[in-house]
Amino acid sequence: MAVIIDENTRVVVQGITGNQGSFHTGQMLAFGTRVVAGVNFDKAGQEVHGVPVVATVHEAVEKYGANASVVFVPAPFAKDAAFEAIDAGIKVLVLIPEHIPTQDAMEIMVLAQRHGVRVIGPNCFGIISPGKCKMGIMPNHIYKPGPVGIVARSGTLSYEIAYNLTRAGLGQTTVIGMGGDRVIGTNFVEALKLFEADPETKVVVMVGEIGGIQEEVAAEYIKTMSKPVVAFLAGKAAPPGKRMGHAGAIIEGNRGTFQSKVDALTAAGASVASLPWEVPELVRQRLG
Amino acid sequence: MKLYEYLAKSFLAEAGVPTPKGRLATTPEEAEAAAREIGPCAVKAQVLVGGRGKAGGIKLASTPEEARQRAAEILGMNLKGYVVEKVWVEQQLNIDRELYLSITVDGQTRQPLVIASAHGGVNIEEVPEEHIVKRNVDITTGLLPFHAREVARRLGLSGSLAKQFAQILTNMYTVFRRYDAELVEINPLAVVGDRLVAADSRLNVEDDALFRHPDLPKVEEGTELERKVKAAGLAFVQLDGDIAVMANGAGMAMGTLDVLSHYGGRPANFLDAGGGASVEPTAQAIRFLLETRPKAILINIFGGITRCDDVARAIIQVKQSEGIPVPLVVRLVGTNDEEGRRLLAEAGIHAYTDMGEAARAVVEAAYGKGA
Repeated sequence: MAVIIDENTRVVVQGITGNQGSFHTGQMLAFGTRVVAGVNFDKAGQEVHGVPVVATVHEAVEKYGANASVVFVPAPFAKDAAFEAIDAGIKVLVLIPEHIPTQDAMEIMVLAQRHGVRVIGPNCFGIISPGKCKMGIMPNHIYKPGPVGIVARSGTLSYEIAYNLTRAGLGQTTVIGMGGDRVIGTNFVEALKLFEADPETKVVVMVGEIGGIQEEVAAEYIKTMSKPVVAFLAGKAAPPGKRMGHAGAIIEGNRGTFQSKVDALTAAGASVASLPWEVPELVRQRLG
Repeated sequence: MKLYEYLAKSFLAEAGVPTPKGRLATTPEEAEAAAREIGPCAVKAQVLVGGRGKAGGIKLASTPEEARQRAAEILGMNLKGYVVEKVWVEQQLNIDRELYLSITVDGQTRQPLVIASAHGGVNIEEVPEEHIVKRNVDITTGLLPFHAREVARRLGLSGSLAKQFAQILTNMYTVFRRYDAELVEINPLAVVGDRLVAADSRLNVEDDALFRHPDLPKVEEGTELERKVKAAGLAFVQLDGDIAVMANGAGMAMGTLDVLSHYGGRPANFLDAGGGASVEPTAQAIRFLLETRPKAILINIFGGITRCDDVARAIIQVKQSEGIPVPLVVRLVGTNDEEGRRLLAEAGIHAYTDMGEAARAVVEAAYGKGA
């Protein structure tokens, strides 16, 4: 088992002919992902790494049975791409681009919800189930199959955590990149629910950071979970009032501070690390 | 991008929200002429910081001559780090009551959120939760008149004030959508006799949507260096330490500051070189770091969409073209990392694979052993 994607996921790449789309299609194929088609309206008929390029997502669904899409188009065109995928009946939509306007993201999320589409991102690294499927931009070699589910706000930090876990012999069921934007498709609580229901996931690692109240909201759900949760939080050393890159990573007043998140998560029964190499040991303890 | 009060007000007025009569002035003489037209007025510094009144940035004037004097006092003053270049000369209002009204983005529900309060004129954070009315809007249908009427009723408004309020809210939503706003706020929304007037307002346009608004005037924020780095497409925040830090991804940059601090390092900045930064922007980022004259530099890259060989080429390019005069510690793993580390090794630069070891090494390099 894995959550959201698995070995039966048939992936279409929107924006396959671009620099990033093409490179990461190669990487996804190397990982073993079933990339069945790519989309570029002007370059239909071509191939990228042997993957056929079609003009529309509808064709990818009809001709090649695509049921999941990973979007690499530039941010100004991402809303159109997402709407096209949803309209074509895609059920898992991974939005890689950063800088998608928030109001576009809100429109995408409403439409996706109405059509029962699971959205990952935007501004994220994607989703990966080691040994089964990868949709996204993460480095292939740092993952291995195992019992840990990971959900992360930050891409690179999640690589750091997965890398530390894998080096310690702790593989992963699925790793989900939530994305750093204010409006995202799958949040901590939704990801935690999926992992709670997945029989192969034995412990969940949540990679969070300062700013916003997502971690505090997640803490409320963690109280009801049967599975242990280990949290890693970044931003302990960040000064208040400064926006640390991510839209949400700013401390305002007493909200969203490092300490308020540690307190909420600890009270909910999670173990909290503030240095990446502390995570494997905490996971091992909670695995029992 | 935050807009000045006068721009926010002009966009609200265009959409049909009543605002006080006002004129922009950049000299005391212009302020005097404006006051001659407007009558008793408030002279308001146009800067992007809150608390202008307390800091002496808003002054009342009852005659044109007085308006000139007040403008002369305010223009050129330093208000919380910003030099005042413009004042907004605005009609004085006889305010009976103050309300609060804003529309923002709600990350939890993923929808626009209307926030209203019968207690305005203060920060909304200071208003007790039970006095605040909140209502989400479905962005695909928009804010409809019935939503606005409902909010007005929940605030306790009735009659003409309720009708005016509902109209203001729907017009404000038009501004929210038209300008891709992150925040549009009227505070206070003043009750003046039997009328409602937007006495002060804010409009923050989302940076990521600016491509849709090429006609908006550019409003610059931050220090000179922060602006320059932003123009180069990088996220940068100046801090007060002495070890310059570059990482890829905002989370990783924050994590790097944490690990550096853990070993006793004082970060000089937060620099997120971004996802997928290629050779040239990365080299640019390193040059920015050198401009801050740090004691040492720590580059921490976990490549996903960013390719480690590109990062290595950028480092080598800067080293060979202008030189790197301070200790440089590199940590490089992820996509194409073997190639990246090989390139660096050829150029005489060791690259760590462990983040903690790299952080410890840069602290030693900056402050000497035993620091």
